[in-house]
Amino acid sequence: MTGHPGRLSGKVAVVTGGGSGIGRAVALRFAADGAAVLVADIAGESAAQVAREITDSGGRAVATAVDVSDPGQVEAMAATALAEFGSVDILMTAAGVLSFGSATETDPQAWNRVIAINLTGTFLAARAVIGIMAKRGGGSIITVSSSTGAHDASPGNVAYVTSKGGVAMLTKALAIDHAAEGIRVNALAPGPTATPMLGSVMTEDEMRRFGEAMPIGRLARPDELAAAAAFLASDDASYVTGAVIAVDGGQTAKVGMTLADLGTIARQK
Amino acid sequence: MNRFEGKTVLVVGGAQGMGLASAKRFAAEGANLALFDIEPDTVEASAAGLRAGGHQVESMSGDVCVAADVESAVAATVARFGGIDVLVHAAAIVELKPILEFEEKSWRRIVDVNLTGVFLTTRAVGRVMAQRRNGAIVVFASTNAFFAEESNAPYSATKGGLVMFVRNAAMDLARHGIRINAIDPGIIDTRLSAALIHDPVAGPDYLKRIPAGRYGTPDDIAKVVLFLASDDAAYMTGEDVIVDGGLTLGATLGIDDLGLEGPGD
Repeated sequence: MTGHPGRLSGKVAVVTGGGSGIGRAVALRFAADGAAVLVADIAGESAAQVAREITDSGGRAVATAVDVSDPGQVEAMAATALAEFGSVDILMTAAGVLSFGSATETDPQAWNRVIAINLTGTFLAARAVIGIMAKRGGGSIITVSSSTGAHDASPGNVAYVTSKGGVAMLTKALAIDHAAEGIRVNALAPGPTATPMLGSVMTEDEMRRFGEAMPIGRLARPDELAAAAAFLASDDASYVTGAVIAVDGGQTAKVGMTLADLGTIARQK
Repeated sequence: MNRFEGKTVLVVGGAQGMGLASAKRFAAEGANLALFDIEPDTVEASAAGLRAGGHQVESMSGDVCVAADVESAVAATVARFGGIDVLVHAAAIVELKPILEFEEKSWRRIVDVNLTGVFLTTRAVGRVMAQRRNGAIVVFASTNAFFAEESNAPYSATKGGLVMFVRNAAMDLARHGIRINAIDPGIIDTRLSAALIHDPVAGPDYLKRIPAGRYGTPDDIAKVVLFLASDDAAYMTGEDVIVDGGLTLGATLGIDDLGLEGPGD
C-alpha cells in the first residue's frame, strides 16, 4: 500500500475491526506510514493474517482477538498494545456490524447487539486508551460513523443508523472532554465502500450499480478511507478535533440515501 | 512528502494569511504556484519570498468579483505552467456591524467577494481542469457557515452559501473528474481575526471557548488544504471539513466575546 512513509513513524496504533474491510486497509496504511500496529478483530485469524501482511513487508504489527462489546476484552487489548509496543498514540475504531429492519422489524436483542458493537464498542475502546494517551501528552482517536447516521437516515436501517449517529455525537463529546489532554477525536463518515460487509448483502452487480449512483460514479475503496484516517492520525490534522469527515464521493452532498439508491439493501432482512 | 511535484496550484487570496501558508506548503511539496490577490504589492512580495526559495511562482493582482480579472489570471497561469491542477480560493472580507446599521454597499461588496468570487474562479478554473478531466478545488468557507455570531450576518451568510455552492458544484464537476470541497476554519491568527485574538481582554477570554486551548495558525489550516487537494482525498467531494480546535462543538458566541459594544450601550 502506498502511503507517506515516516509520517506516523514512532507512533503506536490500535485498530479494531482490523481484520477486514476498512479496518484492514487502515492497519496496512498506518503501517506503511511508519506506525506499529495492534491489529484487533473478533476474528482472531483475520487479524493475524493482516499482522503477518504488515510484518512480511517490513512493518511492525501484532494481532489480538477482541470482542469490542466486552469491557474486559477491550481493556486487555489496550494492555496488549502497551506490553508489545509501550504506548498507544492512535486508536482507530473500525469494528462494526450492519443490520437491517425498521423499528417494528428489529427485535430488542438485535438492536442491543448493534448498539453494543458499533456504539458501546467505540466508547469502550476510547475509554481504554484515553488514560494512556493523556499520560503521553496526547493522541488521536478516529471513529467510524457513516454517511448514513451521521448525516442522514436511511430506510429499513434503524439500529445501524442510530448507532452511527451516536458515534458522531460520542466523537464530539470525547473531543470536548479530552482536548485539554492533547487528544484529538474525529469521525470518518464513509459512504458505500467496497468491503466484505457490503459484499455480504449485495451481489457484485448490485454493488457496481450502487457505486454508479454516487456523484463520483463508483464505490469507495477501503484504502481511500484509510488515507483519510491516516491524515486524521497525523500532525497534518493538528487543529482538527470533533470533526465528522464525510468520505462518500458526494453522496451526502447530493440528497443522502434515496429509496432507489438503497432499494437493494432495504430488501435484505 | 512530495504530493504535488510538478503540479500547478492557483491560490486566490494568496498574498497572506491562510492562502499564503497553503502556497508555502504546496511549494515545499514541489508545486508550481500562481498567486492571485487584490493587493499588488503584498502578493508580489509574497511571490518574491517564494521565488527566493527556488520555487516557480507567478504573481497576479486583480479583483475576484471582476470576471475579466479572474479570466486573465487563469489564462496567465495556464500560459506559464500549461494547466491548473489545484485551485485554492481563500479570498474573503468581513465587516462587523449589526444588521440594522449595515450599509447596502458593504453588504453587496461582501457577497461579491466572498460568494460571487468563488463562483467566478470555480467556473474559470473548472473549465481548464475539465479539459484534462482532473482537478481539485478547495474553497474557504468558515465555521460561520453553521454557527452565528452577533454583528456578522453578511459574512456568515456568504460562508453558509459557499457550503451549499460547494455541494452543488460537486454534482456538476464530478463528471469532469473534478473534486471540490470546503474547509471551515475556526478562529485563526490572521489579519481578519487579529482584532479579537490580540485584544488584551477579549483574546484570552474568548480562548476559554476553544477546547484545544489555542487559536489556530494559518499552517494548521494549510495542512488540511493540502490533504483535501491531494489524492488522499480522492473519494471526497461536496464536503466540508471543520478545523477549529473544537470551538463549535459546544460553544455559543456573545457580543462580549467579540469585544464589541452591544446595541443598547
